[in-house]
Amino acid sequence: MTPLTREQMAWRAAQDLMEGDYVNLGIGIPTLAASFVPAGREVIFHSENGILGMGPKPEPGKEDPYMVDAGKNKTTLVPGGCFVHHADSFLIIRGGHLDVSLLGAFEVSEKGDLANWTTEDPAFPPGVGGAMDLAVGARAIRVIMEHTSRSGEPRILKACTYPLTAAGCVKRIYSNLAVIDVTPRGLSVIEMIPGMTLEKLQTLTEPKLQLVADWQILAPPEAPEVRAA
Amino acid sequence: MIDKQVKTTADAVAGVRDGSTVLVAGFGAVGVADHLLDALHEQGARELTIVANNSGNGDYGLARLINSGRVRKVICSFPRSGDYSAFLNAYRARSLELELLPQGTISERMRCHAAGLGGFFSPVSAGTKLGEGKETRKIDGRLHVFEKPLKGDVALIKANKADRWGNLTYIKSARNFNPVMAMAADLTVVEVDQMVALGELDPEAVATPSIFVDRVVVVGAHA
Repeated sequence: MTPLTREQMAWRAAQDLMEGDYVNLGIGIPTLAASFVPAGREVIFHSENGILGMGPKPEPGKEDPYMVDAGKNKTTLVPGGCFVHHADSFLIIRGGHLDVSLLGAFEVSEKGDLANWTTEDPAFPPGVGGAMDLAVGARAIRVIMEHTSRSGEPRILKACTYPLTAAGCVKRIYSNLAVIDVTPRGLSVIEMIPGMTLEKLQTLTEPKLQLVADWQILAPPEAPEVRAA
Repeated sequence: MIDKQVKTTADAVAGVRDGSTVLVAGFGAVGVADHLLDALHEQGARELTIVANNSGNGDYGLARLINSGRVRKVICSFPRSGDYSAFLNAYRARSLELELLPQGTISERMRCHAAGLGGFFSPVSAGTKLGEGKETRKIDGRLHVFEKPLKGDVALIKANKADRWGNLTYIKSARNFNPVMAMAADLTVVEVDQMVALGELDPEAVATPSIFVDRVVVVGAHA
């Protein structure tokens, strides 16, 4: 039984991005999802610093100092893309104009509470950036995360232990073991990797899981093909 | 004849008082008025409150102001960006105060001041640590926190082109916080790459109209 790679998790999340969706991708694994949108589907990516129509990473030697993404990495603009200033960019985020916000997480609770902005390390100042804005505004808030911590502890919990980014916001979790929907009746497993059982997954998850009747095998391509966004 | 252009960056930041709130535009290192920040360092104003998305890099611009002990407080969303050692050292030495705000709350609080409004209720940070102590209200069943307007005494703006009236254009994602900060300060000072003749900027492309601009200085290759 092999957990998904970061690319495979991003690939799976990208399959749920629909034609015409306006999407914001969080820093880290979510950013990778732009490369795995199925061929022929037009998805428009937003970046908090005022880019609507963000493209893939620039080719070496073609970096533009005026084009950075939310993580301050160099990026590009697709044909049709445009710029807005910060207040309008966060109006887009907060005001329900984005179809999907795909975020990373430290922890998610069974009620869909999200903790992804601080581990309260006293040695460093906290930083929140756009995390709280992104967690309240989009029509669908989905999370990509490793199912457990490095030491094997569950990160999907009854209640988050780290400070919340927003309460009750997460609708779907893509982990390296399963795809789980947060529903009013609790956590519903809709896909699991080959060889995984509900019993085994439950030992790695704190709150009670239920398996939907028509659950599917979660089996992305071994090395998903990277497409230009 | 209206002419907002000044000769030097020193002229541009002249008169900034101790204790001022300074709006510093930019996102990471993009769209930051580093020449004006260095001029403000030379000018010597102290006890500054800085409003910025990040907290400066290396030992230039905002980081230099922090290293020289000119900054009393930083209001920002994400201090941990790039080489932020100047901020980190001051933070650890407790020689400056950090007010951490969600990024969109910073920009909207400034927009709110610019718009002459007394504040707004936002769902962002409601029920979280960053919302603690703020007035709350349930609106349509959803918890909101009250956010006050945020005003700058001075805004330091980086634009690409200006005319003598102070109309401004930007380049790509270097626009970021610049237009909203330009609107939200008593004194808006702009560094530009280039001055052009009045009428030469495409009126459809002006992102900050002259009404928000007080002083313009040319820096870099065209100075």
